Amino acid sequence: MTAATALAGARGLPSRLSRRSLVAIVLVAWIALFTALRGHNTLSLAASDVTGLHTRLNDLNTSVGADRNSNPLFLYFFNEIQVGATHLVTFFQSLISQPSSGRPLPLIGWLGVVAILAFLSWIFGSPKAALLALAGFLFIGFQGLWQPAMDTLALTIAAVLVSLLIGIPLGVWAGVSRRFNAILTPFLDFMQIMPTFVYLAPLTLLFLIGPATGVIATLIYAMPPVIRITAHGIRSVPKETLEAAESLGSTRTQALLKVMLPMARRTIVIGINQTIMAALAMVTIAALVAAPGLGQTVVQALESQDVGTAFNAGLAIVVIAIVLDRVTTAASVRVESAHREVSRREARLRRPLIAAGAAVTAAAIYLSYTYQLAASFPDHLNLSGHRISLDLGSQIVRATTAASNWAQRNLHSTTDGIKNVVTYHGINPLQTLLDSSPWWLTFAAIVSLALIIGGLRAAITACICLGLIIATGLWQDSMDTLAATLLATVLVMILGIVIGVWMGRSNRADQLIRPLLDAAQVMPAFVYLVPFVALFAASRFTGVIAAVVYAAPVAIKIVADGIRGVSETTVEAARAAGSSTWQIITKVQLPMSVRTLALATNQGIIYVLAMVVVAGLVGGGALGFDVVAGFAQSSLFGKGLAAGGAIVLLGILLDRTTQAAARRADASAHTFG
Amino acid sequence: MARWTTRLTAHRSAGRLTAAVLGMAMLAGCGGAKVGGTTSDAGVKTSGAAKTSACGTFNIADNPWVGYEADVAVVGYVARTKLNCKVVVKHITEQVSWQGFSTGQVDAILENWGHDDLKKQYIDDTKVAQDLGSNGLKGVIGWFVPPWMATKYPDITDWKNLNKYADLFKTSESGGKGQLLDGDPSYVTNDAALVKNLGLNYKVVQGGSETALIQSFRSAQQNKTPLLAYFYSPQWFLNEVQLVKVNLPAYTAGCDANAAKVACDYPAYDLNKIASVKFANSGSPAYSLVKNFTWTNEDQNVVAKYLAVDKLSDDAAAQKWVDAHPDKVNAWLKSG
Repeated sequence: MTAATALAGARGLPSRLSRRSLVAIVLVAWIALFTALRGHNTLSLAASDVTGLHTRLNDLNTSVGADRNSNPLFLYFFNEIQVGATHLVTFFQSLISQPSSGRPLPLIGWLGVVAILAFLSWIFGSPKAALLALAGFLFIGFQGLWQPAMDTLALTIAAVLVSLLIGIPLGVWAGVSRRFNAILTPFLDFMQIMPTFVYLAPLTLLFLIGPATGVIATLIYAMPPVIRITAHGIRSVPKETLEAAESLGSTRTQALLKVMLPMARRTIVIGINQTIMAALAMVTIAALVAAPGLGQTVVQALESQDVGTAFNAGLAIVVIAIVLDRVTTAASVRVESAHREVSRREARLRRPLIAAGAAVTAAAIYLSYTYQLAASFPDHLNLSGHRISLDLGSQIVRATTAASNWAQRNLHSTTDGIKNVVTYHGINPLQTLLDSSPWWLTFAAIVSLALIIGGLRAAITACICLGLIIATGLWQDSMDTLAATLLATVLVMILGIVIGVWMGRSNRADQLIRPLLDAAQVMPAFVYLVPFVALFAASRFTGVIAAVVYAAPVAIKIVADGIRGVSETTVEAARAAGSSTWQIITKVQLPMSVRTLALATNQGIIYVLAMVVVAGLVGGGALGFDVVAGFAQSSLFGKGLAAGGAIVLLGILLDRTTQAAARRADASAHTFG
Repeated sequence: MARWTTRLTAHRSAGRLTAAVLGMAMLAGCGGAKVGGTTSDAGVKTSGAAKTSACGTFNIADNPWVGYEADVAVVGYVARTKLNCKVVVKHITEQVSWQGFSTGQVDAILENWGHDDLKKQYIDDTKVAQDLGSNGLKGVIGWFVPPWMATKYPDITDWKNLNKYADLFKTSESGGKGQLLDGDPSYVTNDAALVKNLGLNYKVVQGGSETALIQSFRSAQQNKTPLLAYFYSPQWFLNEVQLVKVNLPAYTAGCDANAAKVACDYPAYDLNKIASVKFANSGSPAYSLVKNFTWTNEDQNVVAKYLAVDKLSDDAAAQKWVDAHPDKVNAWLKSG
């Protein structure tokens, strides 16, 4: 064991040093050749031009639409799914959001919904989670957004439910079978990275305009996390435990049900949590195909540049997300502690309490079914002649509008300067190197870098991905997107390390910053695009900033986690030896979390890529614009689809390379630890 | 330790439960209005939907710009209040709206901007939609500058002078040339060809959305920064900032026939209405309403202002306009 790691270290250290100089050699050679050959063989394609492949994809789309009413695949397959999904959503909507059974209001009013949510949060989570659920949903009521929020909740519940029903079994299977996992992974990459804009219009041909398409688009994006994390949980069950179970004579099924699933329970709950978050990230996109909810409020407010109203609705999405996140996190803690320390006495105490809670919840449901005041959220109360306003929403709208206007008027010259510096010294040179070198030069340079950083397998993957990108006909746009992605990732990692280290070292900083990070991750990008365009103009830099806002929180959280994971004793030892805080951070904590840093980079890149399309909406151009244009123009559909494919290929290339680098870092880091 | 915590929370929860029960008892005791009671707002709201007569359900596509929302607000309001239709408004983009004709989910599009490819696919080829003619709106597409520029550089509105001012329009995105900002990608522009064929020292930069375009103009006027961009009318934002059009070589019939060689301005568009064939054959009174519906750019701008600037609800905005224009509305309601 020790001999093996020592050997890996002996190999790892010097090769890492020479790896750095190899990277430098490749870069110098690339720049030298670029200077000589600039502008030749760049495979460029103008914004409104299409290739043969794009036209063929267009024709495919048209023919699908043409025989939708006669094709048996539609009559017996897609239509059935559509009907099923519609029934599911309508069921939840009739419970909490839409008039039903001849009533002017849903069956359960706000009081009932709040009671149910608090009760469930309490049983599955903790009293603290229940309190948060109570406060959070009352807040949404005060925002004046109860009804659309319930539509969003109904849609999210439907999408998450189906995701879990399909995702958990698939995840378990992928956990026990390496081969199935290998088959599944590219599909999951596709589902997570392919921009929804690409398939949203065709999806309405398959599943019609309305909530069904909204649910299906949502679950395509939201299902992969629970599959991946469940598989990871199953795989992490210690071999010894499994062997012990088998030696006691359990069958494979028994081992799965009695040992693996219970032991992976906590991880599976984390997967459920991530699926919920991903589903909420889709709320505004689902609104584009007439799915009801808060997304509608956001999209319609932005037609008239009403940042205040859009922010208010975005805030409601953030509140729902934070409540659901904290409740599921509390649930995962309970799951872990449940089978360890529940005593008989506790169980005895808990039972009557649950019964009482259930009774109160039932009473609340009844009241909200019967009485107007408990059914639709009031915007004011009359108490002995005094009118008490409960309207917080219009104040939030006013304050946000004022803040946004102030920023636009007063910060513009500063922000414009920042944009110009970063664009002229960062984006422009990098983009020119990538997209104005001959294609074969960029190709060779990227494959060599993948080989040096990630190894042979990564280089082969890079080779295949780049080849396929050429086949999409969008080489130059892909290189432009790659340039913006790399730059955004660098900014993400700078923020990730600075803030992540701070949070990792200080619990108070963590408590202060974490809710902001959650908000940045879930707040629909559409909300902050207007002020961003005002500050940074319609430009590639605005696209980069939007990506950083979305991706930095993930990197920060992972880095903070890694820093906290460095053992106390090591830090203490360093401090006793007289190291300064700076030395502890740079010589102990960061080097010891190399693996975490690599993971943060990997996730940062994937999240940046998720924003390529949003960047296209604010001047980012390149693949993002191709996708946006393809969604808007039927004649550009094929090009948009090809651009979506190119984004997926870039994602796989970057993901595999950074993962391989992470594994190498891991191997060499183990020799220190 | 663990047991102690449980007991504490048990006490606290019990206290909260009691408070909650008391609160509900009070609520019930007060005898609040019951759901479905005649006095409730909600009850009034849906009574319209309950009385669906000959009209039945009327599905209107609502495309994402304020002018279109104004069309839908007014037509929807008239259909609901005068014809007792059950109006279903679907917030979808243009391409998705046309697809709705083939799936039977959309009855009418009230404001169509060109889209020759979709016309060919859904009207000529699959024959699920038909053109219901002009809605009276005149669409103007072209290149615009913010008003402060037209005041300071009066000759900028002639395309021949654009090269003289190209330096003003340089940005970080335009690679040393002047920037021509394009916006909403739902319309295929000739801008790249125009720049080339008119010999202009400009580069087309893709803003990517109408939101980006409007915000760019708003900033340009506020901060007195130069901007040349693609824009169009009718558009509610023109009420806020009176953009000035740059005149390209005048449009003549057929001058835009070859997209690569085009060197003239955009034509004026007659915006039109599209309906599904199924809807046309249904005999719904809503169909003749859509067929007769026509108003002017000024009319639409008024309602769009109610919606975007005064923040009225769709119904309130529509009612205000309908009450002020009974003649126009009555003309739409004439049968045949």
